[in-house]
Amino acid sequence: MTPLLSVRNLTKTYGARLGCGGVGFDLHPGEVMGIVGESGSGKSTLLSCLAGHLVPDAGEVIFDTRAEGPRDVLSMSEPERRMLGRTDWAFVHQNPRDGLRMGVSAGGNVGERLMAVGARHYGQIREQAVDWLGRVEIAADRVDDRPRAFSGGMQQRLQIARNLVTGPRLVFMDEPTGGLDVSVQARLLDLLRGLVREMGLSAVIVTHDLAVVRLLADRLMVMKSGRVVETGLTDQVLDDPQHGYTQLLVSSVLQV
Amino acid sequence: MDAMIRVADVSKSFVLHNQGGAVIPVMDGASLSVAPGECVALTGNSGAGKSTLMRMIYGNYLVNGGSIVVGGTDVARAAPREVLALRREVLGHVSQFLRVVPRVPTLEVVAEPVLAAGGTREAGLARARALLARLNIPEALWSLSPTTFSGGEQQRVNIARGFAHDFPALLLDEPTASLDAANREVVLALIGEAKARGAAIVGIFHDVGARERVCDREVDVSAFVPERAA
Repeated sequence: MTPLLSVRNLTKTYGARLGCGGVGFDLHPGEVMGIVGESGSGKSTLLSCLAGHLVPDAGEVIFDTRAEGPRDVLSMSEPERRMLGRTDWAFVHQNPRDGLRMGVSAGGNVGERLMAVGARHYGQIREQAVDWLGRVEIAADRVDDRPRAFSGGMQQRLQIARNLVTGPRLVFMDEPTGGLDVSVQARLLDLLRGLVREMGLSAVIVTHDLAVVRLLADRLMVMKSGRVVETGLTDQVLDDPQHGYTQLLVSSVLQV
Repeated sequence: MDAMIRVADVSKSFVLHNQGGAVIPVMDGASLSVAPGECVALTGNSGAGKSTLMRMIYGNYLVNGGSIVVGGTDVARAAPREVLALRREVLGHVSQFLRVVPRVPTLEVVAEPVLAAGGTREAGLARARALLARLNIPEALWSLSPTTFSGGEQQRVNIARGFAHDFPALLLDEPTASLDAANREVVLALIGEAKARGAAIVGIFHDVGARERVCDREVDVSAFVPERAA
């Protein structure tokens, strides 16, 4: 089976400092991979390089495109990469404000992504937007409200709806449950897991919350100082960590 | 008959990097095999390595040496993706603790393994209803998340989930702990039925009566404890 995403030797430096170095992995269709590590370990740099928000210094990011099969995203032209970002890829930011248009209605936020891929029938766009707001549990009567009037959890759910409406195959998530109330986190986890199953999504999730990765991710990658120190099956890495840093990480979690 | 689960010459040690790099050998030369339709009990004192061996078979713990072949896949060497496929289709596990996404209704929690193995939603829900009813979980609770249930109820939900898909190989960690007599009978019957349909089972039972009723053989894991180097 061809991996959906194949990453080889991805490296990004900020001057003399290492952002992330020599990262490589394969992600198969339907797989969810978690990336954990402390602040500054290079998780977000890696995610940004994968998603094309940052230009890495070296490496390959090969995506199995629908039309032409595996292609190196880094050598694609800018319009091609943008098209990918609007169709098969999605990016859920930690702060919903970075992923939403705050001055546009909730329905507009979802509809905009549809229009970007060519939808023009207003009634159908609105219908789909309302359908997606329902899936992320936002009431239909809020479709004309701006995200500003939403709570943090609702904004995050709206961002997810906006990202998934075009039926992407690969979703990048940067701390999707960070900064949310735990009850809202649980709701979001439930939602994400359901969507991953129903839509057969693959996802790369960056987080520092080990409980979140245990429930969401099939596989885990642990980063420290820009390097991957350990990878494996999520419960294996958490139950039998091999690297000193992972052992410290796992043993540092507070029990409730 | 060919073994469904074959553990051969498995060794394992833990290295504690944050405690001076202490190396703790916990298992050496562990071997056992389980045929379809057979239930093997792991015995030995607390700390002898029963759970460690079970976790190695399930792939939660890495193996340092030897092989663990379950239904043709060597868990000790398989890629994460292969272990995941094995767990979806072949190898079931009833742990002592229920770990679920909060807010998901009990019925869905129990049906999930059926869906994961490729079954339809209807089939999964039907199976979940049947198992929950059999395990005496009141129907009023089915639409609620099991995270708020009592310990015994959670354990029964966990068992229902473990038996939802007809796994050819099953690992049972104290399946009858914290159950009353009636529910213990139900669980023992479920184990008996799984054996009858040809499942190979490895179990840890502190409940001696239960062990004697369902297990065909015992393997004392104390035999696999490495000689401690002084």
